[in-house]
Amino acid sequence: MLRYSLKRLLSLIVSLAVASLVIFLVIEVAPGDPASFMLGINAQPDTIAALRAELGLDVPKTERYLNWVSGMVTGDFGISYTYRTPVSTMIGDRMWVSLPLALYALALSTLIAFPAGVYAASRRGKAGDIAVMGATQLGVAVPNFWFAMMMVLIFAINLRWFGAGGFAGWDDGLLVGLHSLTLPAISLALPQAAILARVMRSSLLDIMGEDFMRTARAKGLSRRQALWRHGLRNAMIPVLTIIGLQFSFLIAGSIIIEKVFFLPGLGQLVFQSISSRDLIVVESVVMLLVFAVIVVNFCVDLAYGAVDPRLRSRT
Amino acid sequence: MSLLEIKNLSVSIHGTDILKDVSLTVSPGEIVAITGESGSGKSMTALAIMHLLPDDAQVSGAIHLEAVDVLSASEAEMCAIRGNAAGMVFQEPMTALNPLKPIGAQVAETVLIHTATTPAKAEEQARDMLARVGLPEDRFPMSRYPHELSGGQRQRVVIAMAIVQRPRLLIADEPTTALDVTTQAQILDLLKELVAEFGMGMLMITHDLAVVSNMADRIVVMRHGKVVEQGKTQALFSNMRHPYTRALFEASGHKVSLPRLPADQQPLLEVKNAVRDYALPRTRLFAPREYAHAVRDVSFTLRAGDRVGLVGESGCGKSTLTRAILGLEPLQSGEIRAFGKPVGPDMDPSLRAGMQVVFQDPFGSFNPRHKVDRIITEPFHLIPDPPKGSERSKAIAEALGAVGLHPSDAQKYIHEFSGGQRQRIAIARALIIRPKLIVFDEAVSALDVSIRAQILDLIADLSRSHSLSYLFISHDLSVVRTVTDTVMVMQAGEIVEQGITESVFTNPQHPYTQSLIAAAPVLPPVLPGPGHLTRRPDHV
Amino acid sequence: MNRNLILGLILSSLVILAALVSFVWTPYAHTAMNIPQKLQTPNALHWFGTDHFGRDIFSMIMVGARTSIAVALVAVSIGIALGVPLGLLAAARKGSWTDEIVMRSNDLVFAFPSLVIAILITAVFGAGAVNAIIAIGIFNIPVFARITRGAALSLWEREFILAARVAGKSATHISVEHILPNVMNLLIVQGTIQFSLGILAEAGLSYVGLGAQPPTPSWGRMLADAQTMVSFAPHLALIPGMAIILTVLGLNLMGDGLRDLLDPRLRVRRS
Repeated sequence: MLRYSLKRLLSLIVSLAVASLVIFLVIEVAPGDPASFMLGINAQPDTIAALRAELGLDVPKTERYLNWVSGMVTGDFGISYTYRTPVSTMIGDRMWVSLPLALYALALSTLIAFPAGVYAASRRGKAGDIAVMGATQLGVAVPNFWFAMMMVLIFAINLRWFGAGGFAGWDDGLLVGLHSLTLPAISLALPQAAILARVMRSSLLDIMGEDFMRTARAKGLSRRQALWRHGLRNAMIPVLTIIGLQFSFLIAGSIIIEKVFFLPGLGQLVFQSISSRDLIVVESVVMLLVFAVIVVNFCVDLAYGAVDPRLRSRT
Repeated sequence: MSLLEIKNLSVSIHGTDILKDVSLTVSPGEIVAITGESGSGKSMTALAIMHLLPDDAQVSGAIHLEAVDVLSASEAEMCAIRGNAAGMVFQEPMTALNPLKPIGAQVAETVLIHTATTPAKAEEQARDMLARVGLPEDRFPMSRYPHELSGGQRQRVVIAMAIVQRPRLLIADEPTTALDVTTQAQILDLLKELVAEFGMGMLMITHDLAVVSNMADRIVVMRHGKVVEQGKTQALFSNMRHPYTRALFEASGHKVSLPRLPADQQPLLEVKNAVRDYALPRTRLFAPREYAHAVRDVSFTLRAGDRVGLVGESGCGKSTLTRAILGLEPLQSGEIRAFGKPVGPDMDPSLRAGMQVVFQDPFGSFNPRHKVDRIITEPFHLIPDPPKGSERSKAIAEALGAVGLHPSDAQKYIHEFSGGQRQRIAIARALIIRPKLIVFDEAVSALDVSIRAQILDLIADLSRSHSLSYLFISHDLSVVRTVTDTVMVMQAGEIVEQGITESVFTNPQHPYTQSLIAAAPVLPPVLPGPGHLTRRPDHV
Repeated sequence: MNRNLILGLILSSLVILAALVSFVWTPYAHTAMNIPQKLQTPNALHWFGTDHFGRDIFSMIMVGARTSIAVALVAVSIGIALGVPLGLLAAARKGSWTDEIVMRSNDLVFAFPSLVIAILITAVFGAGAVNAIIAIGIFNIPVFARITRGAALSLWEREFILAARVAGKSATHISVEHILPNVMNLLIVQGTIQFSLGILAEAGLSYVGLGAQPPTPSWGRMLADAQTMVSFAPHLALIPGMAIILTVLGLNLMGDGLRDLLDPRLRVRRS
């Protein structure tokens, strides 16, 4: 297991290094000099040079990349071109909205999808299965931000159960914060839950056809017992893959959903930064998002190892 | 009273009759074997006894397991019987175990389902039973996972799981078909011992008449869902009443007569000190790479007119050697020469044209999207000026004719043919450019015995008409014995013995050859039956 | 023909038809503003009503279908054009450095959701439909590369490929003659699915302003415009939303139907 984990860790580090290089190079291609953009057309050359020095733009590219990466490792993301404040504080504030939202949505999606998938698989071909499959077919087709708008229309504007947008913050307690994230999380989670439930169902159906499930029945287990004791864990392997992939969709989705609910999260920050050409913020937020996706996939890999003994002993 | 009594059992699925009027009994301590070719319904009978048929199966008749009427028993009652009064062993040990659970837990689970006992006690029983089937805990810890065991060891786990509750009936569905011949012999011995020791009745399902004749007290022969004949083993073999039984018996031990070919000393294939390694995955992060020697220091010469057999168990390196001979994989050292020129992945097309191959799988050997004419003319790629137009059609018709097919078959897709016909097409593909040497790679191993007999006859006929030279690779000793003049025995990447086929079989020198031949189940001596069997064409 | 396929075909062809007809005819010019007629609910003159500038929503939906289809189609084509050859190459050279590099780059691209790619591109080059195409297209490459490689790997183990190798055919020749036709069904099905995902992604990108820019009409941007008015003019949000849902639903049903029709055995297998 240790060898397997170390190998995954090594590939995690390589992925992060390459990803950071790609992001840095793409941002490097951007036309124009941030310092002259910030100071306007009439700025004096020496003021620009001074600003360039302050922003750390006056050193060679290789050095700038290394400074950026080593800064990030120590939590220093640089200074915002627009606000002249540390990017890390800007991101830190927003993180407390985006990360809980994504996790909340992931939890909801898993909680909805598992029972739905297991139920549909156990009633294969019957009315219950057809109903669940029909609902998921629709769920997969609904854009989450449109679904969010409909949720606002129904639950915030008409029923007034929730606020139409904004974030209450965590200062008044966990529940207040969660309450204001509930509609966004549901909007994010339901379309993903539909996908996950479909994968769960088909994975279980595949497993039910396996030889060892027949062996389990021949031992004297009922269909249901065989499914719980032998089927579920085996069916989890493809489901884990999808959960890993979903996290990256949830991250992307949360950026869009934040716009529907006017949440002060990373999405809002990144769109503001794009319009003010605050590229260092864009660069750092993008790196953070990619970091999150890579780390989650690393965790999924470790989970594979925990579920599947064949992986532990092989590679 | 019998332990198991099946009366007039009929099963149909979606209107297709699977079983028709099947009746048989098994008494305590008795081994009853159901035998027959694919599609005979023998496995369905086993599943019906366990009440494990597909949901949409229509069942009529009666099955009594001791006092229980199986067909009218509730699912809960059946759960109490399965694994407790009746255990079952399946064909494929590689997939029959849950890959994510340790073997001890899987055996103990059977105990826990059926008895109110503590997990510790169940584990104790599992440990004893695993030891009894040949997996003592000091060498095979109960925490092992299935993938850490070999096929034969896994089958032992499956057996332990099936009998840990000391069932009165054990159903074994092709329990040794997926295993090597020496492992097969061990598992069969184990099953026999266990039946005697526990006084179980055993219903064994197998396609292999030789296995049946050594194991069973009584035999039930099935065909197309019907019982054609049943009786005591001795009596049945000495007096086969039904022509199908006789046909099956004849086909199982089918012998072909090979023509005597003029000895030609020109070597077609020379293998000299061939070595092929595979890098193993590192066991530790920075450990030096280790290599498995799939083929080590193999040398032999095949001359024109030679019909050479290569036998060995799975993993002995025969497939690797085959691929190297066909020039599909490089050697690490040594060399292979065909017609005097070196063989390798980059060899000249004209050299390849001299050597063609027939593979095992009648279903996987053809691109399902191509018609037969395109499939069998694929080797034309190797010759600089392939025939076109009417000449091409003529070549196709000739090749199809040589293997007993009709020229009009050229316009059909492969899924329109049966397994035996597909092997004929594979041979036509190998023949079409008139190679000097053909490699048969387990070419009859996936076929039912009656079809296998026909294909062997075809190979013998072609030897006569086309003066074939071939290398015949197989794990099946009886087949190699009849279609080859000389034979090589391969073990762990090395050729341990080679010589004239008959003398190797009658007087094996190497201990490994001796153990292989001793382990192979044999049919009882041929008994004269009334009339000779008529050969069925496999088109029907 | 199964029910899924028929329903899917009907829905998808309706959308494609709307997009095609919009080139020659729309009830009103989709950019024509008519402030006195603004925010009308669906009626005989304006079948889907009008927006806050009095523009005819039916016309905008028709032209918007064009944008959605164009973006998704080009993005899927990029994915297929680059992903499939990469997948075939990786499978033909299984275990080699080429395979390793292709697969590792795939993993890397998977770490960049298309929205993140779009953010990067927009930050550097500004927003536009082309960026949306590139962003979605890049994300499609590894999808097709993986599925092609997976299916091709199991084909390479089959004996008919060995037979072709014995017939002296090169890896490229075999990939084109034997492998590609046998993975085609899988690619058609996956293509349909990616097409529907592309429509969703385009809508999302346009909604946050990273996709098609005005005056190019787009369903996603119609929804963004509708957001502040949803409380008093819900049809502004309902209609483009339904357009997206029905299109995606149609494509997904078609994909499911095609999978059952083309080859029930060619399910994606776990490795």
